[in-house]
Amino acid sequence: MPIIKDGAFAPDPWVAITDDQPIPATGDIWVSLARLDSDWGTLCSHAGELGVEVPNTTKAEKLKPYLGKLSLILLPFPAYTDGRAYSLARLLREEGYIHDLRARGNVLPDQLQFMKQVGFTSFEVTDRFPAEVWTKAAQHISAVYQEGYTEPHAARTAIWEARRARS
Amino acid sequence: MYRYDEFDHRFVAERVSQFRDQAARRLSGELTEEEFRPLRLMNGLYLQLHAYMLRVAIPYGTLNGKQMDRLAYIAEKYDRGYGHFTTRQNIQYNWIKLEDTAEILEKLAEVEMHAIQTSGNCIRNVTTDQWAGAAADELADPRPVGELLRQWSSLHPEFSYLPRKFKIAVTGSPHDRAAVRVHDIGLRMHLNDKGERGWEVIVGGGLGRTPFVGVTVRDFLPEAELRAYLEAIMRVYNLYGRRDNKYKARVKILVHELGKEEFQRQVEAEYARKPATNVELDVAELQRIETYFAAPAYEELPKFSTGFENARIQDKEFAQWVKVNVAHHKQQGYAIVNISLKPEGGIPGDATAEQMRVVADLGRRFSFDEIRVSHAQNLVLPHVKRDDLYTVYIALKAHNLASGNIGLAGDIIACPGLDYCALATARSIPIAQGISRRFADVKRQEEIGPLKINISGCINACGHHHVGHIGILGLDKKGEEYYQITLGGSSSDDAAIGSILGPGFAADEVADAIEKILDTYLGLRTGPEETFLLAYRRVGEKPFKEALYANH
Ligand code: SF4
Repeated sequence: MPIIKDGAFAPDPWVAITDDQPIPATGDIWVSLARLDSDWGTLCSHAGELGVEVPNTTKAEKLKPYLGKLSLILLPFPAYTDGRAYSLARLLREEGYIHDLRARGNVLPDQLQFMKQVGFTSFEVTDRFPAEVWTKAAQHISAVYQEGYTEPHAARTAIWEARRARS
Repeated sequence: MYRYDEFDHRFVAERVSQFRDQAARRLSGELTEEEFRPLRLMNGLYLQLHAYMLRVAIPYGTLNGKQMDRLAYIAEKYDRGYGHFTTRQNIQYNWIKLEDTAEILEKLAEVEMHAIQTSGNCIRNVTTDQWAGAAADELADPRPVGELLRQWSSLHPEFSYLPRKFKIAVTGSPHDRAAVRVHDIGLRMHLNDKGERGWEVIVGGGLGRTPFVGVTVRDFLPEAELRAYLEAIMRVYNLYGRRDNKYKARVKILVHELGKEEFQRQVEAEYARKPATNVELDVAELQRIETYFAAPAYEELPKFSTGFENARIQDKEFAQWVKVNVAHHKQQGYAIVNISLKPEGGIPGDATAEQMRVVADLGRRFSFDEIRVSHAQNLVLPHVKRDDLYTVYIALKAHNLASGNIGLAGDIIACPGLDYCALATARSIPIAQGISRRFADVKRQEEIGPLKINISGCINACGHHHVGHIGILGLDKKGEEYYQITLGGSSSDDAAIGSILGPGFAADEVADAIEKILDTYLGLRTGPEETFLLAYRRVGEKPFKEALYANH
């Protein structure tokens, strides 16, 4: 599956380690939350980068002890209408998680902007849509009312702030 | 009234162009219908039985003449010359083409209107008291908060894919005309000893298959914290609301299953985790919005209007209409004019393009260019001089807009039902028309007194039958429509869910049944001051049951 990161298709340097595969000594890997729990002893001193996929029913507090070691968190969209991962992403950002946050599953261009606004930074997508469609979709609405939902580096105006600055 | 600034204009224009793109991608087949569905829904476009239906937002039910004229234009150009005002203070058009939709949205944007979030599993258009800013009993105008919430909820990145739709109602009056206890969130203004505004926050009310009256989670939330606190509620709901069963997905079920205390605990924990850091911004924005809702430039008028009093003496029909349709205004010499969209035998809430233009024009000439839509599917001219009432009445009468039945038996709320709606199990419009004809005599309606008859064409309860003093629910029994009657519901301060009286009635028996119920009421009330609802609460369902089912 192609990855979109920083506004363009990008290679995926990460290797998914399924629950029945042994954990390699090196390399950037991601595991399930169950695996992270059970093999934390080994994983906490993993030589490469470490990531985890968490179900969208997970409580954010559950991840708190691991956050310092993680540099990729994958949140699933089992259906694009299932919006739980938006809140979970937002919570993780509020908890201070600063590394890559990836959306996977039913990720479509029309939801890309919202995903970026709540803190997602990479996207596992299908190859159904060309790059321009994704780029355009993420830029359609350039001004937003919600405070604190404008992602860094995006040319998006936070309307209430802009009004206040002007008055 | 609120006016768009350049940001609002830009936002809505971009939304229209985004929809234009989405519709084009659907028409070209790039998007599947399934993928397109929630996108069009979030722009108010439904697929109904015969055509697309477009629901246009009228935020907190307030609009001006130019906007009303535009609604008339859309009715004529893109629909069949009429529109249907809904119980959520919106308007819907029942015969729209997908190809025209982007153009209609553009025409709406020109007059600062849109169809954003009039549908879909997101925060819907905020509703309020149709007399906001004019009512004599009001603490303060709730519409600035309505506008703040409109902006905050528009394309909210975190809360656009909720488990289910989410409806917010606000009221600034101790007499609740916005049905705040039967909304997902209801907000009710209170003043403290220092005269500062705070809001009672009520969560988990709602109708549909499992009706609930909402529970109060905060008695007095400082106004500045409103947006932040609502965000905490929304987050708890978004994360933990049920998604396994569409009929159990509303927040009322979450509140009910967790229990009030646990739900409240979770919301407070979330709110405490993320204290409102940016309330200054909210305050600044609210102040900015408030300037738009400053009271109109009223004239200093005497209490007594000679012209009005003379007209009242000379024209008995006018006097009757005034008694029923005109309400007290906070400003001396002014009145609130309620325009009934329930003529005898009519379709509740329907207005022709011509009628819309008449109201737009009267609003401009006599009501500081302000019009309201009420959740009872009527229109309101909120600030009319008593001196002008007769002129307004004559103009309304000439266009079949002067039915004097506001709040009476003829003022029926009804959903579109099987005539339009794909989910319906029975028709509601003909039932409403039948009852309306049966009680056409205004004198008789007046004798019966305050009465809310609400009709839904299926269990989804868009016609709010649970909270009708008399509720009628259309169902289907082996291909035959039949109607279940509930009594004792209310959406006001004394909110209650009505109880089912007994076996249902065939379509042609409903008007008779209602008549029997009302005759029974007239026979047992202690006097005219004991309304139907009060009498029902005193005597219970027994006498009504006996009257209805004695010979069955
Ligand atoms: S109550 Fe049922 S029939 Fe009536 S509008 Fe709602 S879904 Fe349609």
